[in-house]
Amino acid sequence: MSGVLVLMEQHGGKWNRMSFEALAAGQQLAAKLGTECSAALIGEGAATLASELAGKKLTKVFNVQHALLHTYTSDGYVTALEQLVKQVGPTHVVLPHTYQVRDFAPALATRFRQVLISDVIAVHDGPVFVRQLLQGKLNADYRHAGTGPCFVSVQAGTFRAEAVEAGTATAEDFTPQLEASQIRNKPGEPFREAAQTVDLSAAPLIVSVGRGIGEQENIGIVEELATALGAELAASRPICDNGWLPMERQVGSSGQTVSPKLYLSVGISGAIQHLVGMKGSKTVIAINKDENAPIFEVADYGVVGDLFEIVPALTKAVRAAKS
Amino acid sequence: MKILVAIKQVPERDAQISVTSDGKWIDESGLSYTINEPDAYALEEALQLREKNGGEVVVLCAGPERVTSTLREALAKGADRAIHIEADDLGERDTLGIAQLLADAARDESPDLILTGLQSDDLGLGQTGVVLAELLGIPHATIIMQVEVISGGLKVKRELEDGWFQHVEMPLPALLTIQSGGNKLRYATLMGIKKAKTKETKTVQAAAAATAQAITLERVYLPEKQKKTEMLTGTPAEIADKLVEKLKFEVRAI
Repeated sequence: MSGVLVLMEQHGGKWNRMSFEALAAGQQLAAKLGTECSAALIGEGAATLASELAGKKLTKVFNVQHALLHTYTSDGYVTALEQLVKQVGPTHVVLPHTYQVRDFAPALATRFRQVLISDVIAVHDGPVFVRQLLQGKLNADYRHAGTGPCFVSVQAGTFRAEAVEAGTATAEDFTPQLEASQIRNKPGEPFREAAQTVDLSAAPLIVSVGRGIGEQENIGIVEELATALGAELAASRPICDNGWLPMERQVGSSGQTVSPKLYLSVGISGAIQHLVGMKGSKTVIAINKDENAPIFEVADYGVVGDLFEIVPALTKAVRAAKS
Repeated sequence: MKILVAIKQVPERDAQISVTSDGKWIDESGLSYTINEPDAYALEEALQLREKNGGEVVVLCAGPERVTSTLREALAKGADRAIHIEADDLGERDTLGIAQLLADAARDESPDLILTGLQSDDLGLGQTGVVLAELLGIPHATIIMQVEVISGGLKVKRELEDGWFQHVEMPLPALLTIQSGGNKLRYATLMGIKKAKTKETKTVQAAAAATAQAITLERVYLPEKQKKTEMLTGTPAEIADKLVEKLKFEVRAI
Protein backbone atom coordinates (compact mmCIF):
# COMPACT_ATOMS: atom_id res chain seq x y z
CA MET A 1 0.00 0.00 0.00
CA SER A 2 1.21 3.46 -0.83
CA GLY A 3 -0.07 6.88 -1.81
CA VAL A 4 -3.09 9.02 -1.12
CA LEU A 5 -6.27 8.65 -3.18
CA VAL A 6 -8.79 11.52 -3.25
CA LEU A 7 -12.36 10.67 -4.20
CA MET A 8 -13.83 13.74 -5.92
CA GLU A 9 -17.56 14.41 -5.98
CA GLN A 10 -19.39 15.68 -9.02
CA HIS A 11 -22.97 15.61 -10.26
CA GLY A 12 -23.70 15.49 -13.98
CA GLY A 13 -20.41 17.13 -14.96
CA LYS A 14 -20.52 19.80 -12.23
CA TRP A 15 -18.09 19.68 -9.31
CA ASN A 16 -19.23 19.67 -5.75
CA ARG A 17 -17.37 22.75 -4.57
CA MET A 18 -15.84 20.81 -1.67
CA SER A 19 -14.04 18.37 -3.99
CA PHE A 20 -11.06 20.68 -4.50
CA GLU A 21 -10.82 21.28 -0.75
CA ALA A 22 -10.50 17.51 -0.34
CA LEU A 23 -7.93 17.49 -3.16
CA ALA A 24 -5.89 20.16 -1.35
CA ALA A 25 -6.09 18.06 1.82
CA GLY A 26 -4.98 14.97 -0.11
CA GLN A 27 -2.00 16.74 -1.70
CA GLN A 28 -0.91 18.17 1.65
CA LEU A 29 -1.26 14.79 3.36
CA ALA A 30 0.77 13.12 0.59
CA ALA A 31 3.50 15.76 0.99
CA LYS A 32 3.58 15.16 4.75
CA LEU A 33 3.87 11.40 4.20
CA GLY A 34 6.41 11.79 1.40
CA THR A 35 4.17 9.86 -0.95
CA GLU A 36 2.21 10.46 -4.15
CA CYS A 37 -1.37 11.64 -4.60
CA SER A 38 -3.97 10.41 -7.10
CA ALA A 39 -7.61 11.31 -7.60
CA ALA A 40 -10.71 9.52 -8.80
CA LEU A 41 -13.92 10.69 -10.44
CA ILE A 42 -17.11 8.70 -10.52
CA GLY A 43 -20.54 8.99 -12.07
CA GLU A 44 -22.16 10.46 -15.16
CA GLY A 45 -20.33 13.48 -16.52
CA ALA A 46 -17.05 12.53 -14.89
CA ALA A 47 -15.27 12.19 -18.24
CA THR A 48 -15.79 15.88 -19.04
CA LEU A 49 -14.07 16.85 -15.79
CA ALA A 50 -11.13 14.43 -16.01
CA SER A 51 -9.15 16.82 -18.24
CA GLU A 52 -9.36 19.53 -15.55
CA LEU A 53 -7.79 17.15 -13.06
CA ALA A 54 -5.05 16.28 -15.52
CA GLY A 55 -3.70 19.78 -14.90
CA LYS A 56 -3.16 19.17 -11.20
CA LYS A 57 -0.17 17.75 -9.36
CA LEU A 58 -1.37 14.16 -9.31
CA THR A 59 0.17 10.85 -10.24
CA LYS A 60 -2.97 9.53 -11.81
CA VAL A 61 -6.58 10.45 -12.42
CA PHE A 62 -8.97 7.49 -12.38
CA ASN A 63 -12.17 7.92 -14.30
CA VAL A 64 -14.55 5.36 -12.79
CA GLN A 65 -17.15 4.57 -15.46
CA HIS A 66 -20.10 2.22 -15.64
CA ALA A 67 -23.66 2.64 -16.90
CA LEU A 68 -24.93 1.60 -13.45
CA LEU A 69 -23.09 4.54 -11.87
CA HIS A 70 -24.88 7.26 -13.84
CA THR A 71 -27.23 7.85 -10.96
CA TYR A 72 -25.81 7.85 -7.44
CA THR A 73 -26.61 4.87 -5.24
CA SER A 74 -24.71 3.82 -2.15
CA ASP A 75 -24.60 0.21 -3.38
CA GLY A 76 -23.17 1.21 -6.78
CA TYR A 77 -20.56 3.56 -5.37
CA VAL A 78 -19.44 1.23 -2.57
CA THR A 79 -19.07 -1.75 -4.92
CA ALA A 80 -17.21 0.25 -7.59
CA LEU A 81 -14.96 2.15 -5.21
CA GLU A 82 -14.11 -0.97 -3.22
CA GLN A 83 -12.67 -2.40 -6.45
CA LEU A 84 -10.80 0.80 -7.26
CA VAL A 85 -9.28 1.10 -3.76
CA LYS A 86 -8.22 -2.55 -3.92
CA GLN A 87 -6.48 -1.98 -7.26
CA VAL A 88 -4.81 1.33 -6.34
CA GLY A 89 -3.88 0.20 -2.82
CA PRO A 90 -3.58 3.64 -1.16
CA THR A 91 -2.62 4.09 2.50
CA HIS A 92 -5.12 6.96 2.76
CA VAL A 93 -8.41 7.72 1.04
CA VAL A 94 -9.54 11.35 1.37
CA LEU A 95 -13.10 12.56 0.70
CA PRO A 96 -15.08 15.79 1.12
CA HIS A 97 -17.55 15.52 4.04
CA THR A 98 -20.65 15.94 1.88
CA TYR A 99 -24.09 14.39 2.38
CA GLN A 100 -23.29 11.90 -0.40
CA VAL A 101 -20.03 10.89 1.26
CA ARG A 102 -21.84 10.47 4.56
CA ASP A 103 -24.20 8.09 2.75
CA PHE A 104 -21.62 5.72 1.24
CA ALA A 105 -18.15 6.23 2.77
CA PRO A 106 -18.85 4.51 6.13
CA ALA A 107 -19.99 1.40 4.23
CA LEU A 108 -16.95 1.59 1.94
CA ALA A 109 -14.63 1.75 4.97
CA THR A 110 -16.47 -1.19 6.53
CA ARG A 111 -15.69 -3.30 3.44
CA PHE A 112 -12.03 -2.93 4.48
CA ARG A 113 -12.85 -3.38 8.21
CA GLN A 114 -11.84 0.24 8.72
CA VAL A 115 -13.63 3.24 10.24
CA LEU A 116 -14.04 6.59 8.47
CA ILE A 117 -12.45 9.46 10.39
CA SER A 118 -15.16 11.94 9.45
CA ASP A 119 -15.48 15.71 9.35
CA VAL A 120 -11.78 16.38 9.95
CA ILE A 121 -10.76 20.01 10.57
CA ALA A 122 -6.96 19.65 10.58
CA VAL A 123 -4.23 17.14 9.81
CA HIS A 124 -1.09 17.23 11.97
CA ASP A 125 2.12 15.26 11.63
CA GLY A 126 1.71 11.61 12.55
CA PRO A 127 -0.68 11.83 10.81
CA VAL A 128 -3.06 12.93 13.52
CA PHE A 129 -6.56 13.86 12.38
CA VAL A 130 -8.41 16.53 14.36
CA ARG A 131 -12.20 16.34 14.69
CA GLN A 132 -14.72 18.19 16.83
CA LEU A 133 -16.69 16.54 19.61
CA LEU A 134 -19.81 17.55 21.53
CA GLN A 135 -21.13 19.95 18.89
CA GLY A 136 -17.82 21.77 18.62
CA LYS A 137 -17.19 22.22 22.35
CA LEU A 138 -14.03 20.06 22.22
CA ASN A 139 -11.42 19.02 19.70
CA ALA A 140 -10.12 15.46 19.52
CA ASP A 141 -7.02 13.88 18.00
CA TYR A 142 -7.65 10.64 16.14
CA ARG A 143 -5.08 8.26 14.76
CA HIS A 144 -5.59 5.41 12.34
CA ALA A 145 -4.66 2.12 13.97
CA GLY A 146 -6.00 -0.38 11.44
CA THR A 147 -3.99 -2.31 8.89
CA GLY A 148 -6.11 -1.38 5.88
CA PRO A 149 -6.42 1.99 4.17
CA CYS A 150 -7.28 4.98 6.37
CA PHE A 151 -10.49 6.74 5.25
CA VAL A 152 -10.77 10.44 6.08
CA SER A 153 -13.45 13.02 5.18
CA VAL A 154 -12.66 16.72 5.55
CA GLN A 155 -15.02 19.44 6.78
CA ALA A 156 -16.16 22.17 4.40
CA GLY A 157 -13.94 25.24 4.55
CA THR A 158 -11.07 23.51 6.33
CA PHE A 159 -8.72 23.31 3.35
CA ARG A 160 -8.50 25.96 0.67
CA ALA A 161 -9.41 24.90 -2.86
CA GLU A 162 -6.97 27.57 -4.18
CA ALA A 163 -4.13 25.66 -2.49
CA VAL A 164 -4.45 22.76 -4.96
CA GLU A 165 -1.07 22.42 -6.68
CA ALA A 166 -0.89 22.42 -10.46
CA GLY A 167 1.04 19.83 -12.44
CA THR A 168 0.35 17.11 -14.94
CA ALA A 169 -1.39 13.81 -14.43
CA THR A 170 -2.19 10.88 -16.65
CA ALA A 171 -5.82 9.86 -16.86
CA GLU A 172 -6.92 6.25 -16.81
CA ASP A 173 -10.36 4.69 -17.18
CA PHE A 174 -11.44 2.24 -14.53
CA THR A 175 -14.41 0.02 -15.29
CA PRO A 176 -15.69 -1.83 -12.24
CA GLN A 177 -17.50 -5.15 -12.31
CA LEU A 178 -21.07 -4.27 -11.46
CA GLU A 179 -24.41 -6.08 -11.80
CA ALA A 180 -27.83 -4.41 -11.69
CA SER A 181 -28.88 -6.89 -8.98
CA GLN A 182 -26.25 -5.43 -6.62
CA ILE A 183 -28.07 -2.10 -6.54
CA ARG A 184 -31.02 -2.31 -4.19
CA ASN A 185 -32.17 1.33 -3.92
CA LYS A 186 -34.12 3.09 -6.67
CA PRO A 187 -33.45 6.83 -6.44
CA GLY A 188 -35.72 9.45 -7.98
CA GLU A 189 -34.75 12.80 -9.49
CA PRO A 190 -33.59 15.46 -7.01
CA PHE A 191 -36.19 18.18 -6.43
CA ARG A 192 -36.74 21.39 -4.49
CA GLU A 193 -39.83 21.86 -2.30
CA ALA A 194 -40.63 25.38 -3.42
CA ALA A 195 -38.81 28.18 -5.11
CA GLN A 196 -36.50 29.73 -2.58
CA THR A 197 -37.72 33.29 -2.07
CA VAL A 198 -35.17 34.35 0.52
CA ASP A 199 -31.61 34.52 -0.78
CA LEU A 200 -29.55 34.76 2.38
CA SER A 201 -26.34 34.17 0.43
CA ALA A 202 -26.57 37.70 -1.01
CA ALA A 203 -27.61 39.47 2.21
CA PRO A 204 -25.01 41.94 3.54
CA LEU A 205 -26.47 41.95 7.06
CA ILE A 206 -27.92 38.92 8.84
CA VAL A 207 -29.44 38.60 12.30
CA SER A 208 -29.76 34.93 13.16
CA VAL A 209 -31.65 33.26 15.99
CA GLY A 210 -31.14 29.89 17.71
CA ARG A 211 -32.44 27.60 20.44
CA GLY A 212 -31.70 30.18 23.15
CA ILE A 213 -34.82 32.08 22.13
CA GLY A 214 -36.85 29.39 23.92
CA GLU A 215 -40.28 29.91 22.36
CA GLN A 216 -41.75 30.93 19.03
CA GLU A 217 -43.43 34.01 20.54
CA ASN A 218 -40.01 35.35 21.53
CA ILE A 219 -38.71 35.47 17.96
CA GLY A 220 -40.40 38.85 17.62
CA ILE A 221 -37.68 40.58 19.63
CA VAL A 222 -34.99 39.31 17.26
CA GLU A 223 -37.10 40.21 14.24
CA GLU A 224 -37.38 43.77 15.58
CA LEU A 225 -33.60 43.98 15.82
CA ALA A 226 -33.26 42.69 12.25
CA THR A 227 -35.79 45.28 11.03
CA ALA A 228 -34.03 48.08 12.91
CA LEU A 229 -30.73 47.12 11.27
CA GLY A 230 -32.28 46.48 7.86
CA ALA A 231 -30.94 42.92 8.07
CA GLU A 232 -32.34 39.58 6.89
CA LEU A 233 -33.65 37.30 9.63
CA ALA A 234 -32.09 33.83 9.67
CA ALA A 235 -32.02 30.87 12.05
CA SER A 236 -30.26 27.70 13.08
CA ARG A 237 -31.79 24.32 12.28
CA PRO A 238 -33.81 23.69 15.50
CA ILE A 239 -35.80 26.90 14.96
CA CYS A 240 -36.82 25.77 11.46
CA ASP A 241 -37.39 22.16 12.61
CA ASN A 242 -39.93 23.52 15.10
CA GLY A 243 -41.63 25.40 12.29
CA TRP A 244 -40.99 28.75 14.02
CA LEU A 245 -39.38 30.11 10.85
CA PRO A 246 -39.51 28.67 7.32
CA MET A 247 -36.74 26.25 6.29
CA GLU A 248 -35.49 28.72 3.67
CA ARG A 249 -34.22 30.94 6.49
CA GLN A 250 -31.93 28.23 7.83
CA VAL A 251 -28.17 28.76 7.81
CA GLY A 252 -25.98 25.66 7.94
CA SER A 253 -24.86 22.57 6.09
CA SER A 254 -28.44 21.58 5.33
CA GLY A 255 -29.54 25.16 4.72
CA GLN A 256 -27.96 28.19 3.11
CA THR A 257 -24.29 29.16 3.12
CA VAL A 258 -23.86 32.85 3.86
CA SER A 259 -21.00 35.36 3.77
CA PRO A 260 -22.44 38.70 4.96
CA LYS A 261 -20.61 41.78 6.16
CA LEU A 262 -22.30 41.23 9.55
CA TYR A 263 -23.58 38.02 11.11
CA LEU A 264 -25.25 38.81 14.41
CA SER A 265 -26.11 35.56 16.18
CA VAL A 266 -28.60 35.50 19.03
CA GLY A 267 -28.93 32.45 21.29
CA ILE A 268 -27.00 30.21 18.88
CA SER A 269 -24.49 27.87 20.51
CA GLY A 270 -22.66 27.22 17.23
CA ALA A 271 -22.91 23.51 16.43
CA ILE A 272 -20.59 22.39 13.62
CA GLN A 273 -23.40 22.15 11.09
CA HIS A 274 -24.30 25.78 11.74
CA LEU A 275 -20.73 27.12 11.72
CA VAL A 276 -20.11 25.49 8.34
CA GLY A 277 -22.84 27.70 6.88
CA MET A 278 -21.68 31.03 8.35
CA LYS A 279 -17.89 30.71 8.52
CA GLY A 280 -17.48 33.10 5.58
CA SER A 281 -19.05 36.03 7.47
CA LYS A 282 -16.79 39.08 7.70
CA THR A 283 -17.75 40.21 11.20
CA VAL A 284 -19.48 37.94 13.68
CA ILE A 285 -21.23 39.22 16.80
CA ALA A 286 -22.51 36.55 19.19
CA ILE A 287 -24.93 36.97 22.08
CA ASN A 288 -25.27 33.83 24.20
CA LYS A 289 -25.70 32.96 27.86
CA ASP A 290 -23.08 30.18 27.81
CA GLU A 291 -19.55 31.58 27.81
CA ASN A 292 -18.25 28.20 26.56
CA ALA A 293 -20.53 28.11 23.50
CA PRO A 294 -18.53 27.28 20.33
CA ILE A 295 -19.98 30.36 18.59
CA PHE A 296 -17.53 32.45 20.62
CA GLU A 297 -14.66 30.60 18.89
CA VAL A 298 -15.55 32.32 15.64
CA ALA A 299 -17.00 35.59 16.96
CA ASP A 300 -15.21 38.94 16.64
CA TYR A 301 -17.36 40.42 19.39
CA GLY A 302 -18.98 38.37 22.10
CA VAL A 303 -21.61 39.15 24.69
CA VAL A 304 -22.25 36.65 27.47
CA GLY A 305 -25.64 37.40 28.93
CA ASP A 306 -29.41 37.25 28.82
CA LEU A 307 -30.56 37.85 25.25
CA PHE A 308 -33.98 38.95 26.55
CA GLU A 309 -32.30 41.98 28.15
CA ILE A 310 -29.58 42.66 25.59
CA VAL A 311 -31.50 42.33 22.32
CA PRO A 312 -34.26 44.87 23.17
CA ALA A 313 -31.60 47.28 24.48
CA LEU A 314 -29.63 46.87 21.26
CA THR A 315 -32.71 47.41 19.09
CA LYS A 316 -33.42 50.63 20.97
CA ALA A 317 -29.81 51.80 20.59
CA VAL A 318 -29.76 50.97 16.86
CA ARG A 319 -32.99 52.90 16.31
CA ALA A 320 -31.60 55.87 18.23
CA ALA A 321 -28.35 55.78 16.24
CA LYS A 322 -30.23 55.70 12.96
CA SER A 323 -32.68 58.49 13.71
CA MET B 1 -43.95 -4.25 10.81
CA LYS B 2 -41.24 -4.80 13.39
CA ILE B 3 -39.09 -1.69 13.82
CA LEU B 4 -35.86 -1.60 15.77
CA VAL B 5 -34.65 1.84 16.88
CA ALA B 6 -30.98 2.10 17.83
CA ILE B 7 -30.57 4.96 20.30
CA LYS B 8 -27.61 6.46 22.13
CA GLN B 9 -27.37 8.21 25.47
CA VAL B 10 -25.31 11.41 25.35
CA PRO B 11 -24.48 14.29 27.73
CA GLU B 12 -27.15 17.02 27.91
CA ARG B 13 -26.51 19.81 25.41
CA ASP B 14 -26.09 22.48 28.07
CA ALA B 15 -23.76 20.32 30.18
CA GLN B 16 -20.58 22.02 31.37
CA ILE B 17 -17.86 19.84 29.89
CA SER B 18 -14.43 19.35 31.42
CA VAL B 19 -11.64 17.10 30.20
CA THR B 20 -10.26 14.36 32.49
CA SER B 21 -6.76 14.88 33.89
CA ASP B 22 -5.27 12.32 31.48
CA GLY B 23 -6.81 14.22 28.55
CA LYS B 24 -8.37 11.08 27.12
CA TRP B 25 -12.07 11.81 27.63
CA ILE B 26 -14.51 14.08 29.41
CA ASP B 27 -15.15 14.01 33.14
CA GLU B 28 -18.40 12.06 33.42
CA SER B 29 -18.98 12.63 37.14
CA GLY B 30 -21.93 14.93 37.70
CA LEU B 31 -22.95 14.94 34.02
CA SER B 32 -26.62 14.60 33.13
CA TYR B 33 -27.43 12.35 30.20
CA THR B 34 -30.26 12.30 27.71
CA ILE B 35 -31.31 10.63 24.48
CA ASN B 36 -29.24 11.72 21.46
CA GLU B 37 -31.58 14.21 19.76
CA PRO B 38 -31.38 12.77 16.21
CA ASP B 39 -32.25 9.37 17.75
CA ALA B 40 -35.32 10.94 19.38
CA TYR B 41 -36.50 11.78 15.84
CA ALA B 42 -35.81 8.18 14.79
CA LEU B 43 -37.96 6.96 17.68
CA GLU B 44 -40.74 9.40 16.77
CA GLU B 45 -40.70 8.19 13.15
CA ALA B 46 -40.90 4.58 14.35
CA LEU B 47 -43.87 5.31 16.64
CA GLN B 48 -45.73 7.07 13.82
CA LEU B 49 -45.02 4.22 11.40
CA ARG B 50 -46.44 1.75 13.94
CA GLU B 51 -49.51 3.95 14.41
CA LYS B 52 -50.11 3.87 10.64
CA ASN B 53 -49.08 0.33 9.80
CA GLY B 54 -49.27 -1.68 13.04
CA GLY B 55 -46.46 -3.81 14.39
CA GLU B 56 -43.92 -3.37 17.14
CA VAL B 57 -41.24 -0.83 18.10
CA VAL B 58 -38.20 -2.17 19.92
CA VAL B 59 -35.54 0.23 21.26
CA LEU B 60 -31.92 -0.84 21.47
CA CYS B 61 -29.11 0.86 23.35
CA ALA B 62 -25.55 -0.13 24.21
CA GLY B 63 -23.82 1.30 27.25
CA PRO B 64 -23.40 1.10 31.03
CA GLU B 65 -26.27 0.71 33.49
CA ARG B 66 -27.15 4.43 33.30
CA VAL B 67 -28.48 4.05 29.74
CA THR B 68 -31.52 2.17 31.07
CA SER B 69 -32.99 5.57 32.05
CA THR B 70 -32.97 6.55 28.36
CA LEU B 71 -34.53 3.20 27.40
CA ARG B 72 -37.26 3.75 30.04
CA GLU B 73 -37.95 7.19 28.56
CA ALA B 74 -38.35 5.60 25.11
CA LEU B 75 -40.75 3.03 26.58
CA ALA B 76 -42.71 5.85 28.26
CA LYS B 77 -43.06 7.57 24.89
CA GLY B 78 -44.56 4.40 23.47
CA ALA B 79 -41.90 1.87 22.45
CA ASP B 80 -43.10 -1.70 23.10
CA ARG B 81 -39.88 -3.33 24.34
CA ALA B 82 -36.29 -2.43 25.11
CA ILE B 83 -32.96 -4.20 24.74
CA HIS B 84 -29.99 -3.04 26.76
CA ILE B 85 -26.58 -4.23 25.57
CA GLU B 86 -24.63 -3.88 28.79
CA ALA B 87 -21.11 -2.60 28.07
CA ASP B 88 -18.89 -0.44 30.27
CA ASP B 89 -16.11 -0.18 27.71
CA LEU B 90 -17.72 1.69 24.79
CA GLY B 91 -14.80 4.14 24.84
CA GLU B 92 -12.50 1.30 23.91
CA ARG B 93 -14.59 0.27 20.90
CA ASP B 94 -14.64 2.17 17.63
CA THR B 95 -17.69 2.59 15.39
CA LEU B 96 -17.14 -0.80 13.82
CA GLY B 97 -16.95 -2.46 17.26
CA ILE B 98 -20.12 -0.74 18.48
CA ALA B 99 -22.00 -1.42 15.23
CA GLN B 100 -20.97 -5.06 15.66
CA LEU B 101 -22.65 -5.16 19.10
CA LEU B 102 -25.80 -3.62 17.63
CA ALA B 103 -25.70 -5.98 14.63
CA ASP B 104 -25.55 -9.07 16.87
CA ALA B 105 -28.59 -7.90 18.85
CA ALA B 106 -30.46 -6.82 15.70
CA ARG B 107 -29.88 -10.16 13.99
CA ASP B 108 -31.60 -11.98 16.87
CA GLU B 109 -34.67 -9.78 16.42
CA SER B 110 -34.81 -9.94 12.58
CA PRO B 111 -36.61 -6.58 12.27
CA ASP B 112 -38.23 -5.34 9.03
CA LEU B 113 -36.80 -1.89 9.54
CA ILE B 114 -34.01 -0.36 11.62
CA LEU B 115 -34.02 3.36 12.38
CA THR B 116 -31.40 5.52 14.01
CA GLY B 117 -30.41 9.16 14.15
CA LEU B 118 -28.08 10.52 11.49
CA GLN B 119 -25.31 11.26 13.98
CA SER B 120 -24.61 11.52 17.68
CA ASP B 121 -24.37 14.77 19.59
CA ASP B 122 -21.20 13.61 21.38
CA LEU B 123 -18.84 11.90 18.90
CA GLY B 124 -20.63 13.10 15.76
CA LEU B 125 -18.96 10.55 13.48
CA GLY B 126 -22.31 10.09 11.71
CA GLN B 127 -21.82 6.53 10.57
CA THR B 128 -23.03 3.93 13.07
CA GLY B 129 -26.27 3.41 11.12
CA VAL B 130 -24.57 2.97 7.74
CA VAL B 131 -21.97 0.59 9.20
CA LEU B 132 -24.72 -1.39 10.93
CA ALA B 133 -26.58 -1.79 7.62
CA GLU B 134 -23.37 -2.91 5.91
CA LEU B 135 -22.67 -5.48 8.64
CA LEU B 136 -26.23 -6.83 8.34
CA GLY B 137 -26.11 -6.82 4.54
CA ILE B 138 -29.27 -4.70 4.20
CA PRO B 139 -29.81 -1.55 2.12
CA HIS B 140 -29.76 1.84 3.79
CA ALA B 141 -30.57 5.48 3.14
CA THR B 142 -29.39 8.45 5.17
CA ILE B 143 -30.69 11.85 6.30
CA ILE B 144 -34.34 10.87 5.86
CA MET B 145 -37.22 13.32 6.34
CA GLN B 146 -40.23 11.09 5.50
CA VAL B 147 -40.94 7.37 5.36
CA GLU B 148 -43.81 5.73 3.52
CA VAL B 149 -44.54 2.01 3.41
CA ILE B 150 -45.30 0.92 -0.16
CA SER B 151 -45.87 -2.45 -1.74
CA GLY B 152 -42.56 -4.30 -1.72
CA GLY B 153 -40.75 -1.91 0.59
CA LEU B 154 -40.36 1.75 1.41
CA LYS B 155 -40.41 5.11 -0.27
CA VAL B 156 -38.33 7.65 1.64
CA LYS B 157 -37.52 11.32 1.21
CA ARG B 158 -33.81 12.03 1.57
CA GLU B 159 -32.42 15.46 2.29
CA LEU B 160 -29.63 16.51 -0.05
CA GLU B 161 -27.55 19.65 0.36
CA ASP B 162 -28.64 23.26 -0.27
CA GLY B 163 -32.38 22.66 0.04
CA TRP B 164 -32.62 19.74 -2.43
CA PHE B 165 -34.48 16.48 -1.76
CA GLN B 166 -34.87 13.12 -3.43
CA HIS B 167 -37.24 10.18 -3.16
CA VAL B 168 -35.70 6.72 -2.93
CA GLU B 169 -37.51 3.39 -3.09
CA MET B 170 -35.97 0.41 -1.37
CA PRO B 171 -36.82 -3.14 -0.34
CA LEU B 172 -37.17 -4.39 3.25
CA PRO B 173 -35.44 -5.16 5.53
CA ALA B 174 -33.62 -1.84 5.46
CA LEU B 175 -31.96 0.76 7.67
CA LEU B 176 -32.65 4.50 7.67
CA THR B 177 -30.88 7.32 9.46
CA ILE B 178 -33.41 9.99 10.37
CA GLN B 179 -33.00 13.76 10.09
CA SER B 180 -34.65 16.15 12.51
CA GLY B 181 -37.59 18.30 11.49
CA GLY B 182 -39.62 15.69 9.59
CA ASN B 183 -41.82 15.17 12.67
CA LYS B 184 -42.61 16.86 15.97
CA LEU B 185 -41.23 15.06 19.01
CA ARG B 186 -43.82 13.83 21.51
CA TYR B 187 -43.56 14.01 25.29
CA ALA B 188 -44.06 10.99 27.52
CA THR B 189 -47.50 11.13 29.14
CA LEU B 190 -48.10 10.26 32.79
CA MET B 191 -49.93 7.16 31.58
CA GLY B 192 -46.97 6.31 29.35
CA ILE B 193 -44.54 6.62 32.26
CA LYS B 194 -46.75 4.29 34.35
CA LYS B 195 -47.09 1.79 31.54
CA ALA B 196 -43.33 1.81 30.87
CA LYS B 197 -42.77 0.09 34.22
CA THR B 198 -44.64 -2.98 33.03
CA LYS B 199 -42.83 -3.26 29.68
CA GLU B 200 -40.05 -5.73 29.00
CA THR B 201 -36.40 -4.65 29.08
CA LYS B 202 -34.04 -7.41 28.10
CA THR B 203 -30.40 -7.08 29.13
CA VAL B 204 -27.71 -8.80 27.10
CA GLN B 205 -24.04 -8.77 27.93
CA ALA B 206 -21.76 -7.25 25.31
CA ALA B 207 -19.38 -9.74 23.76
CA ALA B 208 -15.72 -8.95 24.33
CA ALA B 209 -14.26 -6.70 21.64
CA ALA B 210 -13.35 -9.09 18.83
CA THR B 211 -10.73 -7.06 17.04
CA ALA B 212 -8.38 -4.19 17.69
CA GLN B 213 -9.72 -0.72 16.98
CA ALA B 214 -9.28 0.70 13.49
CA ILE B 215 -9.12 4.25 14.84
CA THR B 216 -8.11 5.50 18.27
CA LEU B 217 -9.07 8.67 20.11
CA GLU B 218 -5.80 9.89 21.56
CA ARG B 219 -6.58 13.18 23.23
CA VAL B 220 -9.44 15.60 23.77
CA TYR B 221 -8.93 19.29 24.48
CA LEU B 222 -10.52 22.72 24.30
CA PRO B 223 -10.30 24.18 20.78
CA GLU B 224 -7.85 26.97 20.18
CA LYS B 225 -9.54 30.20 19.28
CA GLN B 226 -9.72 30.82 15.54
CA LYS B 227 -10.35 34.50 16.10
CA LYS B 228 -9.51 36.90 18.87
CA THR B 229 -12.91 37.58 20.36
CA GLU B 230 -13.42 40.89 22.10
CA MET B 231 -15.89 40.29 24.91
CA LEU B 232 -18.18 43.22 25.69
CA THR B 233 -19.41 43.60 29.25
CA GLY B 234 -21.58 45.94 31.29
CA THR B 235 -25.29 46.57 31.76
CA PRO B 236 -27.53 45.72 28.78
CA ALA B 237 -27.68 49.42 27.87
CA GLU B 238 -23.88 49.75 28.06
CA ILE B 239 -23.39 46.63 25.95
CA ALA B 240 -25.92 47.94 23.42
CA ASP B 241 -24.02 51.23 23.15
CA LYS B 242 -20.70 49.41 22.68
CA LEU B 243 -22.24 47.21 19.98
CA VAL B 244 -23.68 50.23 18.18
CA GLU B 245 -20.19 51.79 18.15
CA LYS B 246 -18.83 48.62 16.50
CA LEU B 247 -21.75 48.50 14.05
CA LYS B 248 -21.18 52.13 13.11
CA PHE B 249 -17.43 52.44 12.84
CA GLU B 250 -16.09 48.94 12.21
CA VAL B 251 -18.82 46.94 10.48
CA ARG B 252 -20.32 50.08 8.93
CA ALA B 253 -23.75 48.53 9.16
CA ILE B 254 -25.40 51.70 10.48
